[in-house]
Amino acid sequence: MDFELSKEQEMIRREVRKFAKKEIQPLAAALDEKEEFSPELTKKMGEIGLFGMFVSEMYGGQAMDYLSYIIAVEEIARVDGSQAATIAAGNSLGIGPLYYFGNESQKKKYLPKLCAGEGLWGFGLTEPTAGSDAGGSKTTAVQDGDDWVINGSKIFITNAACSMTLGVTVQTVTGSRPSGKPEYTCFIVEPDTPGFKAVPMHKKMMWRSSNTAELYFDKVRVPGENMLGQKGDGFHQMLKTLDGGRLSIGAMGLGGAQGAYELALKYAKERRQFDQPISKFQAVAFKLADCAMEIECARNLLYKACWLRNQNKPFAKEAAMGKLYCSEAMGRVVDRAVQIHGGYGLMKEYDVERFYRDQKLLDIGEGTSEIQRLVISRHIGC
Amino acid sequence: MDTIVLIKQVPDTESAIEVDAQAARIVEDNLNWVLNPYDEIAVEEALRIKESLGGTVTLLCAGPKRSQDALRSGLAMGADQAILITDPDLDGCDTRGLAQVLAACIKTLEYGLILCGQRAVDDDLQLTGASVAHELDIPYISDVTHQEIEDQTLRCRQSTDRAHMKIKSPLPALIAVQRGLNEPRYISLPGMMKAKKKPIDTKTLSDLGLEPSALPQPNIRIESLKVPSSKRAGEMIPGESPEEQAANLATRLREMDLL
Ligand SMILES: Cc1cc2nc3c(=O)[nH]c(=O)nc-3n(C[C@H](O)[C@H](O)[C@H](O)COP(=O)(O)OP(=O)(O)OC[C@H]3O[C@@H](n4cnc5c(N)ncnc54)[C@H](O)[C@@H]3O)c2cc1C
Repeated sequence: MDFELSKEQEMIRREVRKFAKKEIQPLAAALDEKEEFSPELTKKMGEIGLFGMFVSEMYGGQAMDYLSYIIAVEEIARVDGSQAATIAAGNSLGIGPLYYFGNESQKKKYLPKLCAGEGLWGFGLTEPTAGSDAGGSKTTAVQDGDDWVINGSKIFITNAACSMTLGVTVQTVTGSRPSGKPEYTCFIVEPDTPGFKAVPMHKKMMWRSSNTAELYFDKVRVPGENMLGQKGDGFHQMLKTLDGGRLSIGAMGLGGAQGAYELALKYAKERRQFDQPISKFQAVAFKLADCAMEIECARNLLYKACWLRNQNKPFAKEAAMGKLYCSEAMGRVVDRAVQIHGGYGLMKEYDVERFYRDQKLLDIGEGTSEIQRLVISRHIGC
Repeated sequence: MDTIVLIKQVPDTESAIEVDAQAARIVEDNLNWVLNPYDEIAVEEALRIKESLGGTVTLLCAGPKRSQDALRSGLAMGADQAILITDPDLDGCDTRGLAQVLAACIKTLEYGLILCGQRAVDDDLQLTGASVAHELDIPYISDVTHQEIEDQTLRCRQSTDRAHMKIKSPLPALIAVQRGLNEPRYISLPGMMKAKKKPIDTKTLSDLGLEPSALPQPNIRIESLKVPSSKRAGEMIPGESPEEQAANLATRLREMDLL
């Protein structure tokens, strides 16, 4: 067994940490407060290579292993959940499906710009009436000559309605399978396609400087060449995408937990009550000890899932476990971290307040905690 | 123009330093090591010279084997190649010895300008640049916060606490760079991948034709080492209004003989 990271992975951690501290940290609170997505910051993240980390150099990627990508997301999340969301969704949901399932001309057309961080891409799965139950999708695509005509709507789609959005991958129902269940197919839709509307969603509790969109399709006509993979591949594509995506949500939980824990540890050593630093009270110290332990567990589980993926071994069960454990561990860590900050932890001047809010999405997005438990229980044969 | 950048690997300024009192050394086991932040500025400046005037950037380091990670960082920033002089006999060297070793290697290279950091954030002796320039018998300019090269002439601004000086020098020369010269670029992930393919040439003292016994013996010895006591807690200056607070602050600073 070898727990050592490669020199390269260590360098990624160091450099991304430095970048996050210098470029993201000073802006994070204000962007959150204004509920503002920052194209400038996103482009800067692109310049240092945070998009397309696992994509081959042929399409402008960095050709790194999956764990390197996860470490980068973790380090961004250590400072700000919203920017980490832009990176995690940009890579796992935006770039991933195009890279893994796109044909040569689709990859050549979109990936270089996306990998350079000059544009973003959304992945539209969730619908107003179909969240956990993706089988309830109502968005349809009907063939008309060489074209397909899409009708329906999507909700909560990350990176899909900002000035940098170059397109979305949208999952549609294209008929029914022999079993009687719906047949799914994904299509690429560019923003200026007639009948397509992407509307930013506001008044979010968390990820306030990440872009979230509602998508409306009213007789949107796309050419057949916009189909991603083959007709009927959509369900399989979604499962594969979510397996990888879960690792990046796990990385957000892990990084967020690490960030909140560090804030709490620092505060506990500085804040004095009853003539001593509050870290000297066992009730506070034990909270921090639990944080340190759970972060260690979270990291080991998530990195193991990445290792399995790098080795091309099955990793779906561990990805679900990693996503679930990291998210919930962060939930416990931010709860303790705010508690340790006392009243100050409830004020926006303290970053820990933002970490507390941002955590909640992790229990819900890319499969709720309940759905992760469902996935795990199926894997263990329940 | 070809440039050489002198590189040192130092403990990360964010790591907590422990001292082994008996050996009068710091405990190295759990330290994170990084490229000296001032050397980062030197690498950045060398890259800018390369971008405007062409040529190559060579990194040069004399130190333990782990130093190659610092060289990798410099290569990932964009330097072309690196040389690591590593030898058990380097351990006994002080700055003079080290300067002779570095100079012996530099004499085998083509260069128009040598850059180094004004200081290394570990021992902070600020001697290496001057010593190497002395060994090479070339001009040395410290505390450089601006430089321009035109027609084989180097024009620098030297900035110290007391003065800004404009200095002109022929080339080749050696400059020690100070904060303010530039803002070093981030290492990009593509840069990191490219750095994997760049060469680090490792040399021993005998590869450079040097006899360890011929190197100068250190004149000084560190007898003991202590971490300074940590910062004292801050002091809150009372006052209802900004004006009142400012007045109280001024009074307090006068009391402390700081104003
Ligand atoms: C900020 C944000 C960004 C997002 N980004 C994207 C994106 O880029 N692309 C995309 O496609 N989607 C995205 N989503 C959507 C997200 O994946 C869904 O919100 C999530 O899958 C849950 O679906 P739902 O909200 O419809 O909840 P529901 O499915 O309605 O769930 C409600 C509750 O019922 C529980 N529940 C449902 N079914 C079961 C069951 N079988 N057993 C036990 N409990 C169950 C759930 O666990 C949950 O607690 C995003 C969401 C948010 C908030």
